[in-house]
Amino acid sequence: MLLKRLTDACGMPGGEGEVRQIILEEIKPYVDDIKVDRLGNVIATKNGKPGYPKVMIAAHMDEVGLMVKSIDDGGFIRFEQAGGLDERILVSKPVLVGKNKIQGVIGAKAIHLQEKGERETPLRTKQLYIDIGAKSKEDTEKLVKPGDYIAFDSEYVEFGNNLIKAKALDDRAGCAALIETLKHNYDVTVVAVFTVQEEIGLRGATVAAYKVNPDIALVLEGTLCSDVSNVPEQSYITKLGAGPAISLMDSRTIFPKNLAKRIYDIAVKNGVDIQYRLPSSGGNDAGAIHTTREGIPCTAISVPCRYIHSPSCVMSKDDFEGLKKIVKLFLEDIKEGEYIRD
Amino acid sequence: MLRSLLKELVEAHGVTGFEHEAAKVVEKYFLPYSDEIKIDKMGSLYAIKKGKADNPKKIMLAAHMDEIGLMVKKIDDKGFIQFTNVGGVDQRTLLTQEVIIHGKKDLFGVIGSKPPHILEASEREKSVKMEDMLIDVGLPKEEVEKYVSIGDSITIRRKLLNLQNDMVAGKALDDRAGVAVMYECLKELSHMKHDCDVYAVATVQEEVGYRGAIPATFEISPDIGIAIDVGFGSTPELPKDETADLGKGPCIGFGANIHPKVYERLVKVAKEYNIPYQQDIYPGATGTDAWGMQVTRGGVSTGLISIPLRYMHTSVETVQISDIKNAGKLLAYFIVSLNGEDLEEMLCY
Repeated sequence: MLLKRLTDACGMPGGEGEVRQIILEEIKPYVDDIKVDRLGNVIATKNGKPGYPKVMIAAHMDEVGLMVKSIDDGGFIRFEQAGGLDERILVSKPVLVGKNKIQGVIGAKAIHLQEKGERETPLRTKQLYIDIGAKSKEDTEKLVKPGDYIAFDSEYVEFGNNLIKAKALDDRAGCAALIETLKHNYDVTVVAVFTVQEEIGLRGATVAAYKVNPDIALVLEGTLCSDVSNVPEQSYITKLGAGPAISLMDSRTIFPKNLAKRIYDIAVKNGVDIQYRLPSSGGNDAGAIHTTREGIPCTAISVPCRYIHSPSCVMSKDDFEGLKKIVKLFLEDIKEGEYIRD
Repeated sequence: MLRSLLKELVEAHGVTGFEHEAAKVVEKYFLPYSDEIKIDKMGSLYAIKKGKADNPKKIMLAAHMDEIGLMVKKIDDKGFIQFTNVGGVDQRTLLTQEVIIHGKKDLFGVIGSKPPHILEASEREKSVKMEDMLIDVGLPKEEVEKYVSIGDSITIRRKLLNLQNDMVAGKALDDRAGVAVMYECLKELSHMKHDCDVYAVATVQEEVGYRGAIPATFEISPDIGIAIDVGFGSTPELPKDETADLGKGPCIGFGANIHPKVYERLVKVAKEYNIPYQQDIYPGATGTDAWGMQVTRGGVSTGLISIPLRYMHTSVETVQISDIKNAGKLLAYFIVSLNGEDLEEMLCY
């Protein structure tokens, strides 16, 4: 299954190779041209009819994770974060180190040996380390080196009411939806961009948008979903199972309202569940794309993900299916001459 | 074989008070090396291997098969589950863990909480309290209530992880590693002659105060009782003299909870058979089944063997397989060393 394959693969910012390989294989039969640019973005073009606009659709290949910083005398691995994550989720988790996916664990001091109050204070990244079972520094050095990427070890699980738990659903869900989108034919020209380095500052999208220079752009994402019991409803941002979410405003972009509303209305008209992503913090590739060159109209549609940026992201398959539907419906709805810039 | 036992043992679920699933695995592996299997009223499992002597003395081995875990407290209106801990759980090890809720059927869930972006800056400086966490099983309340009720046990979902140098990591290695030691011991004894009856007991409820070991010791009334538990393995942040290194052999405990003659004999046997061992000292309570065993009935001569284990009471507890093997061998040779021995004399102060 595509989403399982994509989430099992590891791709930290700057080290997206494994994900890129899967995507290249998957999209090849469905596109007219594929390029991998200098940063590692995959840019795939599917030609439409003349007179129709060029639509860039972006989904990022990278995921948040860790990177090996150093190896201490006992052979334990010290690490840094690659992309932003809440360090409180790191303790007591299995991880995979480097290209060969060496199994490791992030442990913590036994509860019996802790001083009073230690349990109230989060363990910081600097205090933590990875144990691969090495006997010595040299032992670890045979398998691991500074700069190696470290991914969460978390398998794809389906559970509950049509839900999925996996790592990296942000943004392999978007990648999977984009791959599926390429399997249909459209009047518009679709340029699918699988971007790199989104999690460390939208780096891939910055250069890809310049190169592609589309008339309009769409970002497919996995986004914050805080609809758990102890959160007030106005802070939910999105609700799980209520359909894909269209962005209005985040830290990086104020999205053109007419474009967002058009997509929202198309969904409603076609009986596809849809919701607005409540204005809040966060950001995605749209932040880089919409200010490229003389400015590119851009919108973002996301699958809500609970516990995002953790080994256990949770999303609804229904929302994912909805995302695929709405992207297709929107592309089919675009008329000749629309959005075309001089 | 040992690795497959360990895998099945730690992947089995058995929170304190709910050990039956773990007990099934113990029974399956212990049966071929025992004359009799018995389960007592508390749920502890005895694998009995008869000795050759006419009036055999009794040696009891005890390793606990319960694990720390969580328990369902409430199902809220949105179907999220609130929980509390059973045994010593560090709340910091719980966020975004995968769990299994053991209700009418096993339900998969994820431990969530308020996401960091909506927290006040001061809240982010603190660890999330267990009462502020929720288990998400992805079902509405009515559905959850069909399968889950208050008091159901919850365990972390974790496979046994293979690390380098024959180290393994997982949940519940405290003290299923000790259970595996008893397995190794019984296996060794199967091709040795021993006078004493051996009772290998997988005890229940150690994590809340060795409650299973006490009635089991009463029931068996052994001449010598040896607990096998886990000890603190060395890691960078812990002082060297409070820990033992993984791979350098099991620790033989010494202190008030341990009969000095039992300690001496264990050391002697280890030296004689070149079994690597380390020493562990306990000026007072050991916090193990040995503490309960020692004061049962008129008193029991006790010993304590521990397997060095890193990250105790997390779901990535780490041990070295060779330490388990060596501990099993040590116990088997210890038991055989008692052949023809007058225990009264040997244990005399």
